[in-house]
Amino acid sequence: MVEPMLSVKGLEAWYGESHVLHGVDIHINQGEVVTLLGRNGAGKTSTLRAIMGLTGRRAGSIKFNGDELVAARSDLIARKGIAYCPEERGIFASLDVTENLLLPPQIAPGGMSVDEIYTLFPNLKERARSPGTKLSGGEQQMLAIGRILRTGAKLLLLDEPSEGLAPVIVQQIGLTVRELKKRGFTVLLVEQNFRFAQTVADRHYVMDHGVVVDHVANHELAGAMDRLHQYLGV
Amino acid sequence: MDLFGIPAPLLFGQLLLGLINGAFYALLSLGLAVIFGMLNVINFTHGAQFMMGAFVAWMLLNWLGIGYWGALILAPIIVGITGIILERLMIAKLYKLDHLYGLLLTFGLGLIIEGLFRNEFGSSGLPYRIPAELTGAWDLGFMFMPVYRGWVVVVAFVMCLATWLVIEKTKIGSYLRAATENPALVQAFGINVPRMMTLTYGAGVALAAFAGVLAAPIYSVNPQMGSNLIIIVFAVVVIGGMGSILGSVLTGFGLGVIEGLTKVFYPEASSTVIFVVMAIVLLARPAGLFGRS
Ligand SMILES: Nc1ncnc2c1ncn2[C@@H]1O[C@H](COP(=O)(O)OP(=O)(O)O)[C@@H](O)[C@H]1O
Ligand SMILES: [Mg+2]
Repeated sequence: MVEPMLSVKGLEAWYGESHVLHGVDIHINQGEVVTLLGRNGAGKTSTLRAIMGLTGRRAGSIKFNGDELVAARSDLIARKGIAYCPEERGIFASLDVTENLLLPPQIAPGGMSVDEIYTLFPNLKERARSPGTKLSGGEQQMLAIGRILRTGAKLLLLDEPSEGLAPVIVQQIGLTVRELKKRGFTVLLVEQNFRFAQTVADRHYVMDHGVVVDHVANHELAGAMDRLHQYLGV
Repeated sequence: MDLFGIPAPLLFGQLLLGLINGAFYALLSLGLAVIFGMLNVINFTHGAQFMMGAFVAWMLLNWLGIGYWGALILAPIIVGITGIILERLMIAKLYKLDHLYGLLLTFGLGLIIEGLFRNEFGSSGLPYRIPAELTGAWDLGFMFMPVYRGWVVVVAFVMCLATWLVIEKTKIGSYLRAATENPALVQAFGINVPRMMTLTYGAGVALAAFAGVLAAPIYSVNPQMGSNLIIIVFAVVVIGGMGSILGSVLTGFGLGVIEGLTKVFYPEASSTVIFVVMAIVLLARPAGLFGRS
């Protein structure tokens, strides 16, 4: 049996005194697109941040390509080949679009070239010299995704890329995620937009109250609807 | 020749003095702004580090025979390294705490450094000669311009411009600007932000030491030279807007000139005019002229 690319076991995390993850178990195989579903406050963002080393104290295990990362500093985690696109997008106001795009350093060979990224997101090319935060919400999201494709990282953590965007932009983001899968990226995708998740993912984890409460393969989704609606409160 | 009823040589003489003071205000407030932007620490040791620059120049000359030009390069490196050590050993421990702790620590360090130098060298001041290449004066027709003073204004301006270019136009500068906005995310991209903070502190301190070497031939080299200047520099930083690079440079030169002109037109106010400006600016724009609130 092949080892999963990322294997998270019993992950706990704190922000200061507040204990937000209570033993999260997930694994992702090379080349998969896996979502984390769950209502607001379930702990999806915290899970990505904990993997990235951005919460306070962490316990449990985060194995990535065999390396244990649960105690590692976030810059060293990034250098192992994990790239993070935060929920708030994290576009820098004092950098223009090109500077934002070129900011994350290359950590391994095999990343996409700037031209390829511009082909994927033509809007970004037109706005190359605008300050990053002058872009529309959709363009900022494309920039936030685009800038982590250059680095050579093979595992992408995307936090609600469809959030707050118009349906046609959500569609474009969906196309992008499928294109990334085709190019061999592995993606852990946080979503609340169930329909969107369905169109891009291989498997889904459902979180609630800081733990994983369910796990569904994409082709079994139809049969699991009732159960999921309960968790997601829709 | 008279201008506004003031003899031209007097007017231009004071303007030049104002520009020279402004050059030091600009260099020092620039370093403070860079450090504050990145570390969120108001570096109250800055005046002492300026003074150290002048003293290291003096020591290089009198103990090792290394003259002004060597000192201009070596003193900032030496003092910058002491800054890096301070940051690693002490200042870095305080980033997670309130601003106030960094302020108290750096203020205390400044007093200790000044005290050590006073113990060792007394407070009367040591002479440092203008390098031979920069002695003399140019006759500008309406006044005599000492070559060294012209040099200080030009070199300070070039240094400010170079720092600005590095921050605004280079890759390293883009890391610095991004880390000023969101250090955690920049680190999560794989950049060693703690090391960047250390180097930024070292660079800001080196800039203060560079100003100290420039000052050595103008003011006598003495342990108080930094603390006299730094109070005004903090007013400059407050007026320009904490953390604004361009703002601190423009405000530095501008306030030097205003101070010079005040000496001509209303000398009684010349030592307080900057603080009056500060009070007015704070009332109208609490974030400073160039600051983002
Ligand atoms: N910086 C923080 N400090 C303290 N508590 C936090 C912080 N961020 C999130 N939380 C708490 O952690 C829990 C999980 O939040 P989060 O991971 O953002 O959920 P989700 O992304 O699923 O909406 C929530 O109860 C939230 O209030
Ligand atoms: Mg979230």
